[in-house]
Amino acid sequence: MKMTAMTDVTTDNQTPPTLTEEPAAAPVAEPIQMPQVPEQETELSGETVGNIHCENPFMIANDVNVYYGDNHAIKNVSLEIGKKEVIALIGPSGCGKSTFLRCLNRMNDTIETARVTGQITLDGKDIHRKEQDPVALRARVGMVFQKPNPFPKSIYDNVAYGPRIHGLAADRAELDDIVHTSLERAGLLKEVKDRLDEPGTSLSGGQQQRLCIARTIAVNPEVILMDEPCSALDPIATARIEDLMDELCEDYAIVIVTHSMQQAARVSRRVAYFHLGLLVEVDETDRIFTNPQHRLTEDYITGRIG
Amino acid sequence: MQSTTLILLLGFMATAAFYFGRGRSLSLVGGPGHGTALHSLPGYYGYYVAIWVAIPALALLLLWVMVEPKLIVTLVVSGLPEAYRDLSPGELNLLINNIQNLASGDVVSVAVDETLQAAANQFNQYAAQSRQILAVLALGFAGLGGAIAWRRIHPDLRARNRVERVIRWFLIAASSIAIFTTVGIVLSVLFEAIRFFQKVPITEFLFGLNWSPQMAIRADQVGSSGSFGAVPLFTGTLLVTAIAMVVAVPVGLMTAIYLAEYSSARVRATAKPLLEVLAGIPTVVYGFFAALTVAPWVRQAGESVGLEVASESALAAGLVMGIMIIPLVSSLSDDAINAVPTAMRDGALGLGSTRSETMTKVILPAALPGIVGGILLAVSRAIGETMIVVMAAGLAANLTANPFEAVTTVTVQIVTLLVGDQEFDSAKTLAAFALGLMLFVVTLFLNVIGLNVVRKYREQYD
Repeated sequence: MKMTAMTDVTTDNQTPPTLTEEPAAAPVAEPIQMPQVPEQETELSGETVGNIHCENPFMIANDVNVYYGDNHAIKNVSLEIGKKEVIALIGPSGCGKSTFLRCLNRMNDTIETARVTGQITLDGKDIHRKEQDPVALRARVGMVFQKPNPFPKSIYDNVAYGPRIHGLAADRAELDDIVHTSLERAGLLKEVKDRLDEPGTSLSGGQQQRLCIARTIAVNPEVILMDEPCSALDPIATARIEDLMDELCEDYAIVIVTHSMQQAARVSRRVAYFHLGLLVEVDETDRIFTNPQHRLTEDYITGRIG
Repeated sequence: MQSTTLILLLGFMATAAFYFGRGRSLSLVGGPGHGTALHSLPGYYGYYVAIWVAIPALALLLLWVMVEPKLIVTLVVSGLPEAYRDLSPGELNLLINNIQNLASGDVVSVAVDETLQAAANQFNQYAAQSRQILAVLALGFAGLGGAIAWRRIHPDLRARNRVERVIRWFLIAASSIAIFTTVGIVLSVLFEAIRFFQKVPITEFLFGLNWSPQMAIRADQVGSSGSFGAVPLFTGTLLVTAIAMVVAVPVGLMTAIYLAEYSSARVRATAKPLLEVLAGIPTVVYGFFAALTVAPWVRQAGESVGLEVASESALAAGLVMGIMIIPLVSSLSDDAINAVPTAMRDGALGLGSTRSETMTKVILPAALPGIVGGILLAVSRAIGETMIVVMAAGLAANLTANPFEAVTTVTVQIVTLLVGDQEFDSAKTLAAFALGLMLFVVTLFLNVIGLNVVRKYREQYD
């Protein structure tokens, strides 16, 4: 059953036979690093190899399932996200990494057919508990989207939007301060400080994305979720955003979804590989890219799965 | 031969020409297997020949139909005895009418004498001849055109380009029809309005505060003095429109917001069609609803709180007109709100906005150009609306801003001016054209503003 589904997403013809013929060849070699993996694991058993735990966990997802109507988009995913770390979610299109990301700030609530089960905690508290207001949660867990989406307002108002709705600034001077600091931290202040009144949409794509990051950090979140933040940008703008992530991870936990393995390697400390709604492997970035333990992970990072 | 038969025949010829043309193009290169040796697909050669068959013949037919009646009349008149040719143009027209009626077997207004009968026979004879000549010429043109095109077919002939050029001209012609019609209407209204302004000074029309469109038929008539000040009509129109917009804009907008952002898919699936039913009710039904139900209700309600309300009030007409316009406002606003990218919505929600903050601070500003455009369209609709105000607003040209009084609107006055027994060149009738022109200018102005608002914001937001 699983194998049939596999073929659908596989671009390389050679992969499926390889998978069926050599189950669990690689993982057996290094059993020490993945104590929770059974020795005779099958290709898509639903068990995650590697280490889902981290030193200083801030968000913990436990056995999360997401259904879109009848479609089971995420299956039994457990993952810890540490304070002050960048964790990258990689995997082929449609593997559920964006869906998982959207669970972390309950953005899936806005989709009528979506249903989430399992437990996700933020700083030890369940984000699905009754008293938790999803609006307040999203202020603590900010999000940057794939396509830069500045509001149809001035640059200033774009950044001031969050502080205004959450009442973070007592007066205009304080708001000015927040706006300037956020733009500064997003590395945009120099370029825009003389034209804060111009519409946010008048900026270039890379600037718009940094504006969106400034807008997110203006609310002072604890976690920043980034959904392929550089996929619409050129390499120069991408490099700037990556530098920015390096700086931001000193204060925030950052979860980034990316299609670029190089980007994941450059910016993240840990990498989680998703496949068909399953979390296949999680580990330190170096280990994932130099010595992946799961066959699927290896196939993906070597370019054998699309 | 009848024109319809002729057209059918030409259509048949063109169809045949298509197959012949296609067949010839293929046979020139050695059969269907060698189609690639042709410049264009074989079908284009077929169309090419068909066009050459149909278009010259149809053009001739059109020209003939336009010229023929005048030509026959001229011929018939020149055949009349001397005495008839000195008649005045009006009398001559009457005579020609009679001849034509006699020829087609209709009722004739004078006693039929020999000359008239002879002229009618002559008329019929000319008409029959004309039809024969037309048939021969048209079929000849078609055949000739077809033959020329047939001979021109050659593997190097750029048939596709030529066919496409003809199609382009057809498209241009089609799109010009609407434009030329508009221009024609504007010009005809303009010239009639100019005739009106020759009788009544334009300043009196634009700034006069009294509207009482009378014109003396005889000099000694009672009440022969009229006044043509259009200000009360325009204030009346404005008043009714304003009331309508006060009803339609908030209700329509809130409906749109609910349907686009808050309602479940099921509610939306039921509510949207129901709203569209509201848009489909004929305005005359709204009219008597306003006159028979709403107006008495408004009057009673007003009296119960001690207000004097006329039985035909601006309020009743405006309320009903507002209800009529709700679907227009809500469906255009709904489209505008739905056109705001989901990314914008997600962006706002991702920052921790509530639904209503997302709506008021992000989505509505982004959808504003579309909404404003929709509202201006609704205003144009309200200004031009006739049936409801004819039935519910009254005819009294009161210069008032009191919604409980009867007012009259520009459209109502145009209707009443033209539903009379006045001559067409009296100032009273011509006033309708002047009012129409003013109405046109106002709506045009609104549309221009609306388009500019939309464009300005679009540049800024996209």
